[in-house]
Formats: sequence, structure tokens, C-alpha cells
Amino acid sequence: MVIANWNSYPRIEANLWDFRAEAEALELLHKLDSCIPRGMGRSYGDCSLASHIISTPGFNRFISLDQEQGILECEAGTSLKDILRVILPLGWFLPVTPGTKYITLGGAIASDVHGKNHHIHGAFGSHVHSLRMLTPQGEVITCSREQNPEVFSAVCGGMGLVGLILSARIRLMPIHSVYIRQKTIPAGSLDQLMELFELNEDCTYSVAWMDCLSRGQNPGLFMLGEHCTAKEAPDRNLSPPERAGLSIPGHLPGWVLSRAALKAFNSLYYTRGRANAGYSFQDLESFFYPLDRVQHWNRLYGSKGFLQYQFVLPKEDSRPGLKRILDHINSFGLPPYLAVLKLLGSQKGLLSFPMRGYTLALDFPMKPGLTALLNTLDQLVHDLGGRVYLAKDARMNQNSFIRGYPENRRFLEIKHGLDPDNKMTSLQSKRLGLCAKAY
Amino acid sequence: MRKSVLILGAGSDVARALARELAQAGYDLQLAGRKVEELAKDARDLEIRFGIQSRALYFDALDLDTHQSFYEALKPRPMGVVAAFGLLGEEDLARHNQQEWLRIIHTNYTGCVSILTIAANNLEQSGEGFIVGISSVAGDRGRAANYVYGSAKAGLSAFLSGLRNRLHKRGVRVITVKPGFIKTKMTRELDLPPRLTASPEEAATDIFRAISKRKDVIYTRWIWRWIMLVIRNIPERVFKRLSI
Repeated sequence: MVIANWNSYPRIEANLWDFRAEAEALELLHKLDSCIPRGMGRSYGDCSLASHIISTPGFNRFISLDQEQGILECEAGTSLKDILRVILPLGWFLPVTPGTKYITLGGAIASDVHGKNHHIHGAFGSHVHSLRMLTPQGEVITCSREQNPEVFSAVCGGMGLVGLILSARIRLMPIHSVYIRQKTIPAGSLDQLMELFELNEDCTYSVAWMDCLSRGQNPGLFMLGEHCTAKEAPDRNLSPPERAGLSIPGHLPGWVLSRAALKAFNSLYYTRGRANAGYSFQDLESFFYPLDRVQHWNRLYGSKGFLQYQFVLPKEDSRPGLKRILDHINSFGLPPYLAVLKLLGSQKGLLSFPMRGYTLALDFPMKPGLTALLNTLDQLVHDLGGRVYLAKDARMNQNSFIRGYPENRRFLEIKHGLDPDNKMTSLQSKRLGLCAKAY
Repeated sequence: MRKSVLILGAGSDVARALARELAQAGYDLQLAGRKVEELAKDARDLEIRFGIQSRALYFDALDLDTHQSFYEALKPRPMGVVAAFGLLGEEDLARHNQQEWLRIIHTNYTGCVSILTIAANNLEQSGEGFIVGISSVAGDRGRAANYVYGSAKAGLSAFLSGLRNRLHKRGVRVITVKPGFIKTKMTRELDLPPRLTASPEEAATDIFRAISKRKDVIYTRWIWRWIMLVIRNIPERVFKRLSI
């Protein structure tokens, strides 16, 4: 069948194999010479694409939940959506969540995803107590920071290339309401946005939306959030209010997201943000997952899809670096449709993306010339000592990858030990030279 | 009092999806089948997800002598019983191999009659409850491709129809489910037409709706009711020449 991930590019012919028990997973690994695990297909690129895909969402049981300590163990295909449905009413929340709840637990670990609180709480892997993995040679191993720590550091962020994650125990975060006290601050320029990040480093959640269409200045909205105490919250519910969602019925024609439409949207969004500046209460759903309310929003970009380019620059070089990169994008005449800025903290994990510095995520519709632009951006990012997020990559070359991820050698040594025949292989791992044999 | 449902053959894909529907509606669940270890994991999952009580029990449809004691040991006695076990078998093998056709008939028919008779007598006494039997469209007309399986399912459909007739005035409902194609472990190797093929979750939703809406016979997907109406009405002299 034809499979693509969230950005609809690349689109490939592949066999999807699902399993519902460990024994079935083992059978699959024996049967397939080469394969890659895939969760709900929310990555932007080809990291979970291959001719044979082991699809995990059918393997989705809750194993245990310690309601006092807030420790949850689930099978790897369990979605964050299902987890939230169970834990929120009990007063627990995910310690780290990306911008969608439609991802699996295994995928969150394999991509070592981060959220708006990365500068304080680290990435998803930092909250994994331990995990069980089926190695490509058919052995079940447990790893954590204490047990098989080397393997653990390769699995978190390892893009499924060292084995199939079966289950994980994670530490949850206690909450007293489902509301976030949000503060919105309009900013006139990139400099102002960066200042705001640095002034508010002790706030739990922070993120900024930036306008890349207006030349020079890059106005934006800076958003801060803190969990409400039970007293502050507008009501005492521990379940977010249900809201009707939208659904995009099919791929829309390209003109819908034209430059003019986008300019209009941006100025509207900015004006609204300015008008609503200051404090407001948002429930968890609208604070963390605003886009989840629009089902299939990726179809807005049309059938050709889009690329998301997310990079991080070391903090000391971020200011001039970001400016250079934004200038370059502007001069190229291919503006990104969405830009999200965030100050990250440092992160362990051999292939984990975050590092201390600014990350910028840019959504580009597929257009001629985009590849050339992104290749130049790769150059700029890596010259500045930054890196590109593997979960959002569909086109980077091996050389860029090696420059961005200096611990790739160590990762390949560990992969070689667990997967000498390179059973776990994706289109991305081939492109980036992430195979044990090459090492 | 909390209401408990017994699912026999609870490891099948449709049964697992149905278990989640029932648990979400607040039913406690007793999951019975041969792979007790997996069922125990399912039971734990249902408890955490839906805050119900659930446990796993060993049950072998072919081991008829154990059925009575199995049912008597159930605590609490279920107010609903779902027979979801079945075996497609290998039709080619069944043409030559007595063991294979016996296995197909006993799993799909004899085993079902055995345990559902016990369940029916029990529910009849309490004067309420339901029985769900998962038959098949293959039982609506015998075809060369799977007539041993089909004949066992035909027997099951007739059995369920009689049971419904008997128990109607005693307040016990009997629901016959006739799935067409479902994408499951059982049919993984088959190339099924997507428009006629339901996912286990979709089939489970249909079955759950049939339970709550007091239906007698349902097809899933619904289009199979009309497909089978046509197929049943093809004259035999024409049908025997067809390969469908």
C-alpha cells in the first residue's frame, strides 16, 4: 500500500505489518530481513518509512498504573491521546508532550520528542524510567539509566534503528487542574522575542510564533504557560471540555495557502494576539494541541505535501545565526508558512535533537527550488554548530548529519552490537549512512 | 449490582475490540480463551483504561467435557455471553483430512452449541441478559471455497435463530452477527476488497450497537445483508456454475 508520513512526502509503496502480542512481533522480526517500526505516522519525513514497516499502534495495552507515585507502563503502540484520557481524571499529566497527542509512546521515545518545557524538564526520554526492547536478533532486553545505560542512550532518539521498543515505564507529572495560565506578549522583532525567552527561563512552558513574511522585522507572539493550582482554575474539572473539531476533507488546491492568504492569516493572528495580550486561562487541549482540533490539517498543503525544517543553533551563536538564516530565506523568495521559535535546554541521548540554544521550526510547502534552499540552510546551520531534527527530515545528506550529530559513531557502535545485519533500516537511515556495516 | 459479560474466544481481534466497547459502557468482563497469559494482559488493560473489573479464564471450545464446570465456576454469573471463537481452517486440507474438517466443525459449531446451551439455560433462569453468537456470511450459502466452514456457520446461525425463538419470551436476547470480510489475524494472508472489509473496531462497534439496540441479526459491514440477499437468490442451477 501507499504510505507517507504527516507531511505527505515522500510517498512510497510499502508493506505494513501489525502485531498485537510480543510473540507476533518476534515472528515478524524473524520473517523480515529489513524493516523499521512506525507508530501513527506523525513524523515529517522518511524516518519510519521502508519497504517493510512494523506498525505498532495495534500493540497498545496499559500494563500498570501506580496512582500514588504516578508511574505508568504501557505497550509501545499506545497513543498519548489514550494515555491522557486515562491519567487526566486521576490528576496526572505527561511530563513532556509535543504539539500533538496523536503519537505513540514508542514513537515519542524513538524520536526523543520535546515540548514547550524542554528548557526545564528535558525531552521525553528523560522521563522514561525503563523500557523493554526487542533486539533485531530476537532478544528482549530491559534498559534504563542504570541497566544497559549505553543501549538506553541509543534507544532514546534512536529512530527505531536499534530495535523494536515493546513497552516503557514513564514518570507522570501531578496536576491540580486541566487549565494553563497563559501569558501572551506581542513582540516587534526577533531580538525582542529572544529577550523574552531569556527573561522568562524559569517559566515552565514557553514558545513563540513568528511571522516570516514581513521582511526585516519578524514580529511575533511570545507565549508563556504555567499549570493552574486548583484555586486559580476556572473550574474543578480534571477532564478538558469536549469541543467540536474540524476536519479537512481532502487535499486542498495549492492556492488555498497562497502567500496572500498567509499574509492575511498572519496579520489576523498577530492582531488577535495583540488584542488578547496578557493573561488568559487555556485548557490543556487548546494550550498544547491546538492543531489536533483540525483533523488532517496536513491536507491544507495539497497533495504534494510540505517539508518542515527544524533546526537548533548553539545559544551563543543563535542571535546572528538566526538572522543570517532568516535573511537567506527571505532573499530566496520561498517564505515558510509557519515559524515556531523556542529556547531549548541541553539533552543527553546519542541522536537526540535538543541542545542548549534556539530551535526554529519552519513549514515550507513543496515548491521548485525548495531543495536548493534547504541545502543552503543545512550548510548555514552546521557551520554554526547546529543540527537538524531527524524526526522532521526527509532530505538531509549524510555529511550534514555527521556534522550535526557528533555522537553518531558511538551510536553506530551500539547499533553494530545489537543489529550486525542491519535489520532495522529506514529510507532515512540509508540516506544518512546509519548502518552498522558502514561503520 | 455490576453487570458482567463473558467473552469466549476473547483473544480474537473482533473480541478484543468489542471488549473495549463493553468496558467503556461500564460492563465488567470475563475474558476466556486458550491464551490466558495474553488475556490477562488484556484484562489488566481494560481495568486501567476503563476502571472496570476484568479477569482472564482458560477456556477450550473443543474440550466439551469441561464446559459445564467452566460455566459453573464463573463468578459472578455473567448477564451477557459473547461467543467469538471460530476457526477458518484450511479448506483444501479438509477435503482429504478428517481431522481438519472435524476441527472446523467442532470449533465453529459443536463447541458453540455446547457452551451456549449451558449459558442459555442459566440466563433463562435469571430472566434477563443476552447471548451474542458470531456466525458468518459464509453460512448463508455454501461455496466451493469454504463450504465446510460455511456449513458449520450455517448450523450455528440456525442454532442461534432457534435459541432466540426459545428465549424471547424469557427475556433473554440472542443476537446473530454475520461478518463479511474483517481484516484480522485470521484473514491476514487474504487479499480482501477494502470496500467490503471492516476493521475489527468497526465490527465491534456494530456488534455493540446491536446489543444496545436490541437487534436480532446483523451483518457487518451492513452492505453484506444486500450482497447475501442477492447471493442467496441465485438459482442453484446457475450458482453451481459460478466461482464466487
